[in-house]
Amino acid sequence: MPNMSLKKNEMPAQEPNVRNKNFKEVALGYSEATALDEAARCLNCKNKPCVGGCPVNIDIPAFIHKVAENDFSGAYDVISKSSSLPAVCGRVCPQESQCEGKCVRGIKGDPVGIGRLERFVADWHNQHDDKPAEKPASNGHKAAVIGAGPAGLTCAGDLAKMGYDVTVYEALHLAGGVLVYGIPEFRLPKAIVRKEIDGLKALGVTINTNTVIGKTITVDELFEQGYEAIFIGSGAGLPRFMGIPGENLKGVYSANEFLTRVNLMKAYNADADTPVQHAKNVAVVGGGNVAMDAARCAKRLGAENVYIVYRRGEAEMPARNEEIEHAKEEGIIFKTLNNPVEILGDEHKFVTGMKCIEMELGEPDESGRRSPVEKKGSEFVLDVDCVIMSIGTSPNPLIRNTTEGLETNRKGCFVADENGLTSREGVFAGGDAVTGAATVILAMGAGKTAAKAMDEYIKSRG
Amino acid sequence: MYKIVRKKVLNPTVTLMEIDAPMVAKKAEPGQFIILRVDEDGERIPLTVADFDREKGTVTIIFQIVGATTEKLNHKNEGESIQDFVGPLGVASHTDGLKKVAVVGGGVGCAIAYPIAKKLHNLGCEVHSIVGFRNKDLVILEDEFGAVSDKLCMMTDDGSHGTKGLVTDALKQLIESGEKYDEVIAIGPLIMMKFVCALTKQYDIKTVVSMNPIMIDGTGMCGGCRLTVGGETKFACVDGPDFDGHLVDFDEAMERSSMYKPFERSKHEAVCNLYKNA
Repeated sequence: MPNMSLKKNEMPAQEPNVRNKNFKEVALGYSEATALDEAARCLNCKNKPCVGGCPVNIDIPAFIHKVAENDFSGAYDVISKSSSLPAVCGRVCPQESQCEGKCVRGIKGDPVGIGRLERFVADWHNQHDDKPAEKPASNGHKAAVIGAGPAGLTCAGDLAKMGYDVTVYEALHLAGGVLVYGIPEFRLPKAIVRKEIDGLKALGVTINTNTVIGKTITVDELFEQGYEAIFIGSGAGLPRFMGIPGENLKGVYSANEFLTRVNLMKAYNADADTPVQHAKNVAVVGGGNVAMDAARCAKRLGAENVYIVYRRGEAEMPARNEEIEHAKEEGIIFKTLNNPVEILGDEHKFVTGMKCIEMELGEPDESGRRSPVEKKGSEFVLDVDCVIMSIGTSPNPLIRNTTEGLETNRKGCFVADENGLTSREGVFAGGDAVTGAATVILAMGAGKTAAKAMDEYIKSRG
Repeated sequence: MYKIVRKKVLNPTVTLMEIDAPMVAKKAEPGQFIILRVDEDGERIPLTVADFDREKGTVTIIFQIVGATTEKLNHKNEGESIQDFVGPLGVASHTDGLKKVAVVGGGVGCAIAYPIAKKLHNLGCEVHSIVGFRNKDLVILEDEFGAVSDKLCMMTDDGSHGTKGLVTDALKQLIESGEKYDEVIAIGPLIMMKFVCALTKQYDIKTVVSMNPIMIDGTGMCGGCRLTVGGETKFACVDGPDFDGHLVDFDEAMERSSMYKPFERSKHEAVCNLYKNA
């Protein structure tokens, strides 16, 4: 008999007032008993709408069924057929708009906690199952992947499983991309990312860090080295600024810089050599997941007041509901319908405040969201000593500027078809480098699709 | 890991290291930079390429010991390795079509100015080098500059070596004596570059400066290295590090470079104490 409770099992979590002072993981994960109880809520529908909502098409009812049977190892095998990074996805996927958004149980009550179960299975595997992955037999072909973020790692994993000799090139000193420089420790512990990457290495994937494609080596030189197909998953790493006065004052960061200092360079740890400002009052400008991450990091670094300043309303925020809720619980102050117009500084050029103007929502714009309009004469100054700009990123120009014949669009994103093929033969692309800033799971989906297309392309050449 | 194949102390605070990094050596050009980390928990610091040997596969860096990271780096010896070494980053210095150039170097900035002077010399350009140091003990690369310069002006603040005075004094004298330069290339402390630019502006001589702001990734990702150039925000790591000196907002760059001064000082002291107690 299925468990007909309308509520999904709650995720145990650190208390808000405890966790906003440490960098340990917020959500603690289901126990075995809770996982069994939650798995029993799945009706094992015949038409499996949840699978259609998953960008990498995990056979969700099948893995949940294994959980319900107490076969956690079997559940992991089902997931890993489709996903290379289950412990990551179980934590950072926007399940509410994907698998769980399609769950039949969600029509009346809560959907099955698919993400929480995925995380449970992956964590159980990481703790209990240490049989090393078997290196598949080589098919004698070589492929290169540019960027060791979610798109590139997924593509590399899938190609390796098919027997390809895969080399991943990463510009930073550590593989993981946004999983290590962007998403904070308290949302995605770095040990988990490391474990997933070790798994890829066990499959035979080579990861070359400290290699900037377009600078250290070019795409054309990779072909000369004998790679038959190349996947570009270089992400969207270039931060945008608003172009308002005062943005170059000391204490103004891009979210990328702030998060990179805190996460990749471990500036939250007093022993780290990389500094970061420990501000008293912080304004984070923007309403996406990255803005929530930056705000919650700033709070954990000891800020008394952390504001989210967003020009539209809370309903229009692109961040996941869960991130917004977590931020609020931790004491982040939301100043929606406000837009910065100037950042103010003292004689030493340190930030002393941010002048904002109140906004109201007008007619819907081309994105369907109601566009904000300034309220005349409503300017006020927010008392802050640090401003973090989290208003989006665009793709890095290093590859497109050094590779002939690679078409890009107006925004600088690579143009690729539904299989990831670019305008250049043998070159595939996916993830944020194609779509502009999006989610981890969409990038993984693109990496997966491209791996399949690369395999077909290489085989077609004989 | 990247092996230190040669280490040479140039003066009490400046050290040269030749690093085994074949991929970087293959592509490096004067004006570009690398980013390194000394050890596992180290910070990423940018250093401009001082020289390279494509056949040996080595890149030479010259650094001044100013903080925790350069202190740690200086404690590494020949045969030991450093954790990370990535590059070449940034845009190479433009040297095409230059017939006569004044290369102005200040202090450890001479380490960066030298490969450019050398490249220009090898291209057949007439090179006048003006190098400035605080005193005789801090002079570096004098012979090297001599070998690639048609004229070399050695300046020290206290007159203990060469001529007493600032690099701007020597540059002014050369210009006043009728030397006509296609371009002035100035590399050194921000304050020196600011004053060289103020001088050359009066004579309307194009001046290129090499900026070395605080940065993390060096690939355009963090935006920490942003500068105002001609009223626009530029990223030194991908748009530079060379810029038209007459357009650079040096005052802003000087303020920005002091952002972490107290932290850097205390970290440096902590590292020095570690080595003292060891």
